[in-house]
This record gives sequence, structure tokens and C-alpha cells, in this order.
Amino acid sequence: MARVVIDVMLKPEILDPQGKAVEGALSRLGLAAVTSVRQGKTFTLELAGDVDDTTLAHLHTLAATLLSNPVIEDYVIREVTA
Amino acid sequence: MTLGMRIGVVTFPGSLDDRDAARAVRIAGGEAVALWHGDADLHGVDAVILPGGFSYGDYLRCGAIARFAPVMEPLIDAANGGLPVLGICNGFQVLCESHLLPGALVRNDHLHFICRDQQIRIESTTTAWTSSYAAGQEIVIPLKNGEGGYVADSATLDQLEGDGRVVARYVGINPNGSRRDIAGISNARGNVVGLMPHPEHAVESLTGPTTDGLAFFTSVLAGMVNA
Repeated sequence: MARVVIDVMLKPEILDPQGKAVEGALSRLGLAAVTSVRQGKTFTLELAGDVDDTTLAHLHTLAATLLSNPVIEDYVIREVTA
Repeated sequence: MTLGMRIGVVTFPGSLDDRDAARAVRIAGGEAVALWHGDADLHGVDAVILPGGFSYGDYLRCGAIARFAPVMEPLIDAANGGLPVLGICNGFQVLCESHLLPGALVRNDHLHFICRDQQIRIESTTTAWTSSYAAGQEIVIPLKNGEGGYVADSATLDQLEGDGRVVARYVGINPNGSRRDIAGISNARGNVVGLMPHPEHAVESLTGPTTDGLAFFTSVLAGMVNA
């Protein structure tokens, strides 16, 4: 049993209007120090068994084909816990 | 005579415009064939339309889950082999997610869902779906989307422009932040076209703002007759 956490974010050069809207709302809450907000997604996958190199390679394939769109997004496999 | 030309219209869970697309095919003189997302083959159709809507609720990314529907496997092979395929709105998103077309569609830059009668200019008449238009012809058809901003890197945009693969461009206003006012593009061969506005909603004077959209459907039928 393992847990894998994958983050997906829009690439820096892609406009993130949702993040902009959140940024606008945050500024109305009074913390002027917030200068930028980007909104992304987190996927938490539960796996049966351990994550070996083969499984990890497969996870990268899944992340690059379905969980993210490489044209507009980057992904990071942030956490693998046994 | 175009009767007997069979054009498949795929229905995914959440598709909305499959009925209108099928109706447009019939009005243009073709036979509309309903294809289901779970189909393992294309039932021998001569062309395919991926209609607008919200396949799989737009979950994950628009078109991302539809791209892995069973029917897409034979469709991607057939499209790479030259089968005419038109993706409208959500269908355009599915074609980009499938890598049949480059780039991606992202949230409108102004964040609002937009629904308007939109003027566009037909920039390429060499595709399977635009051959009945005049080059540079300006038409008005409905546009309705939340994620209609076309994006691609500069090199890809330059290549699309250089190869004449920008099929249609927004005129007057850019309604969603699309790079270089792009409303539709094609693959290199010209058989696969993705379009954000909706020609299938502009085929009858009773319900459409114009009948300007009809030529997308007559184009592909005429192409089959000539082929």
C-alpha cells in the first residue's frame, strides 16, 4: 500500500484567469503582500503494493498523458509514501 | 448527389450538440449516423463530427477524458489515415487533447461563459470542411464557450500561419483571448478541423442567426463526391 501525490500546475507562460480572480479576492481581504496567485490541481493516488521503478515510470506516463496536458501544464510527482 | 454519404456524429456522456450536428448533416444532404462513445468501430462512416457540449462534465480538463473513450481509438487511427473529422467546441478540445491538432483550449481570458453571434473569417478553403467557402469570406455563426481561448507556443502558431492551417479567425472582437484571434485550425493534411464557434447552429433561418454554417457540411459532402 503506497500513496502518491501528484501536483499539476499551468505552465508559467499560460495565463491563469482563475488564479487572477482568486488574487483579486485575496487582496480585498487585506493582505497586500500577496503579489501573485496560481491555481492548480493535486491528485492523491492510493496504490496496492510498493512503488518500484516500473510503477514510477508508469505513473509518469499517466501524469503526462491524462492527469496533465503537457501543452499547457507541468506536473510533479511530489510525494511517494509507502 | 450527396445522398448516401454517411457522416458519424459521436455522442459522449455530456455531449449537447450531437442532435444539431446530425440535423445539419441531413439538411446538407448527407446521412447522419449516431456513434456512441463506447463503440469499438466507426460503422464504416465517411466522416466524423465530434460535437459540442460538456463531455464527462468537463472534469479534469475539457475533452481530457473523452480523448480516452473507446470510440477515439479507431477515430484517431482513421483521422491519421485521412478520414475527414470536424471537432466543434468541445469536439475541438477533444481533438487537441488527442494530439490530432496542436495547442490547447483554456479558460476564456475574461472568465465569463460567452454566448453570442460571432463574426469569423474563413482563412483556409483547402480543408475538407471549408472547400465550399470563398477564401476570406466573413460569416456569422453562434459562439458559446467557457474554455475557448486557443493557446500554443509561438513556434507552433508561426507554423500554423505559415502552412495556411488557420482555418478561421475572429473578426471585430476577440471573444475569449485566443492567440492571434484563432477560431479554428486544421491538421497538415486538412482532413481534421477544430472550430470553436458552432456552424451546426446556423443552418436554418428559423433557428440560426444565418445559414452561414451550412457550407461546413456541404463542403465535406462535396469533397466525398469528388474524391
